[in-house]
Amino acid sequence: MLRLVGLCKRYKTGDLALKNIDLEVPDGQVMALIGPSGAGKSTLIRCINRLVEPTSGSVYLNDLELTALNSGKLRKARRRMGMIFQEYALVERLTVMENVLSGRLGYVGFWRSYFRRFPQSNIDEVFRLLERVGLDHMVDKRADELSGGQRQRVGICRALVQNPEVLLVDEPTASLDPKTSRQIMRLIVELCEERSLSAIINIHDVLLAQMFSKRIVGLDEGKIVYDGPPDGLTADVLTQIYGEEDWSETIRAVQDDDDQDEADSASGGSAP
Amino acid sequence: MTSGPVPAARRTWKRPPFIKRPLLRWGLMVGAAVYITLALGTMDANWGRVADGMPRAYRFFSSFFPPDFTSRGGDIVEGILESLWMTVISTAFGIALSIPIGLGAARNLAPRPVYLCARAVLAISRTFPEIILALFAVKLFGFGPFAGILALSIATIGFYGKLLAEDIESMDPGQAEAVKATGASWLQWLNYAVQPQVIPRMIGLGMYRFDINFRESAVVGIVGGGGIGATLLTSFDRYEFDSAAAILLIIITIVMVVEYSSGYIRNWVQ
Repeated sequence: MLRLVGLCKRYKTGDLALKNIDLEVPDGQVMALIGPSGAGKSTLIRCINRLVEPTSGSVYLNDLELTALNSGKLRKARRRMGMIFQEYALVERLTVMENVLSGRLGYVGFWRSYFRRFPQSNIDEVFRLLERVGLDHMVDKRADELSGGQRQRVGICRALVQNPEVLLVDEPTASLDPKTSRQIMRLIVELCEERSLSAIINIHDVLLAQMFSKRIVGLDEGKIVYDGPPDGLTADVLTQIYGEEDWSETIRAVQDDDDQDEADSASGGSAP
Repeated sequence: MTSGPVPAARRTWKRPPFIKRPLLRWGLMVGAAVYITLALGTMDANWGRVADGMPRAYRFFSSFFPPDFTSRGGDIVEGILESLWMTVISTAFGIALSIPIGLGAARNLAPRPVYLCARAVLAISRTFPEIILALFAVKLFGFGPFAGILALSIATIGFYGKLLAEDIESMDPGQAEAVKATGASWLQWLNYAVQPQVIPRMIGLGMYRFDINFRESAVVGIVGGGGIGATLLTSFDRYEFDSAAAILLIIITIVMVVEYSSGYIRNWVQ
């Protein structure tokens, strides 16, 4: 279980990005975090693995207080949290295999990783994961040769090969077309179910959030303004999260999307 | 032509000027013009002397032809070989030393005190041109290629360290962040996130520095740093301009070969 207690983040510029966030994500839950740009979604998930240092408050992964760790222990703790990024954040000049193997860096010594001599069990695991996402024939391709959807699949494998307990997912579909977006979201949710992982998925596409997650948390100006099931997102709630706008189309589209077969057929990019 | 209503106020558009305040803009332009005019007036070029020099220039340059590769052949080969190994050693040595300094001088990698020290080292080694460094080295360690190698190595650190630091500072933070998030150690992070991003440009710059060091090895030789420069100086001193021409041609050829092969290698490593 992931637990955030009184989490605050003030940037050096003085902007208060997170205001006293309390949040619990039980094991195996996939939670979508929605909110307008600048609401603090990215800051929130980066405060969990401390890519961004929180100003005050604490984060617990099960019983481990992540915010109290020194840098060596933090490094060990980061292995338990896989992260997936908006622009994939693959190392472009490394091969697919190297990119996925980089998820094991926290487990192997420097020289082993330097000479790319990872344990055979890791190699097996990478092949298994790449096969699962349909990319096992591309191990030696460089990351910058792949399409957006393929890159994000590699990014997912890199996060999963860490054998994490939690996935932190930052706008996984923001650079993808509507169809690929749905495929990627479905893949993430399926993999979380297979491995009973919990996940926080930042996403500003309300429709995708509602389709793929059973719990939605709305963030606005660093505060949680909604926490509940997807069908609780009424026009009023959306107005509270994003501001005044005509939400009738968004809400109707959700009901259409309950029909799974329509999932691949477009319309995903219409959310604000 | 038409009798329709005239728009109340026509909205015109001009590109906003680079310097917004008109007084400053015009002041700078007029000031620069005045200064250049005055400076040209002070130069006091004596065109008669220039004209007198022309036939001398003709005699001087015609004495370069035909270039003589043979009569000082042994010295030339020796000088070129010495210059080449001076270049190889000083480039390798300089680059090896500039890697830790360059890492320290990258703001996004090093803590503030390390950053300031490394930047200071780079600033100092960039202050002095190769020839001054060579003069120091010759005074300290005597004539010969060791002084030249030392001078070129220090110059290489300033050049390569600064460019490495700048390349690291402009790398994609997303890739760096992603590798850090896996729990990688600092060295692993350097190896997996930083190195792949900077290596192609650094190989290209290494080739470029090799090329510079070869040319500079001719210069440091003139002040006693060994290499082809010493041979070149000797042939000028003996008024053997045809041998000097041969040496210059060889330097030009080698620089061009390095130039083309570095372009080729740069494309290949991209």
